[in-house]
Amino acid sequence: MSYQEKKNIVSLISTILIFGSYCGAVYVRYYDANLAGAELFRFWGAVILILIPVTIVAKVIIEIVFIIINRIATKEMEPSFADELDKLIELKAMRMSYFVFILGFLLAMGSLVLQMTPSVMFVILIFSGFISDVASSVTRLYHYRKGV
Amino acid sequence: MLPAALRGFITIGKEYKMGQSHISNHIRSLRFNHNEMTQQQLADQVGVTRQTIVAIEKEKYSPSLELAFRIARVFQLSLEEVFAYEEDPVH
Repeated sequence: MSYQEKKNIVSLISTILIFGSYCGAVYVRYYDANLAGAELFRFWGAVILILIPVTIVAKVIIEIVFIIINRIATKEMEPSFADELDKLIELKAMRMSYFVFILGFLLAMGSLVLQMTPSVMFVILIFSGFISDVASSVTRLYHYRKGV
Repeated sequence: MLPAALRGFITIGKEYKMGQSHISNHIRSLRFNHNEMTQQQLADQVGVTRQTIVAIEKEKYSPSLELAFRIARVFQLSLEEVFAYEEDPVH
């Protein structure tokens, strides 16, 4: 298995773990909170704003740990640059991620049209962000394994 | 916005269906005939990662024209002596 494949598998697992842990923590802490009006929007705004830096920091830490463990176990060096194949795969992954998120965004707007609660809209929006991240990793993994 | 998103999905779908490359190459045999050059050595000479050379040899990736020329130049051959284009039998 190539370095890029291993890196993407780690990225996929870390995305699922971080998002799962964060959602679990938010649910346990606020499941009985009775929020309404401006308070509800403030809550969801905070949930999204905290999720972004938490994900970035956790992913950076996991990637550093992966690089160290991989270096010790296989003596394999991380590629020092991204060549044309890496850039092409990255573009395809970004495009897939973009389309998945757009679909989620449309579903979120659709939920408002169907008179669902704002909480449902925010849940769909956050979940589509997660799915788009997963789609990006899966696309990268697919292309590194099967080719472009 | 919706038609653009749908068009994107259709395009992605078509790409995944097309899949296989029609460009074959003799890089593996050429490497062995060149003092058993390793994939890493070839990658260093043409400025890509070893993974990309692996993908090209397995015909999982068709290199850009520039990279194809650089590879051919390493072996001091013309492009057609390293790469071959095979017509799709369906078309």
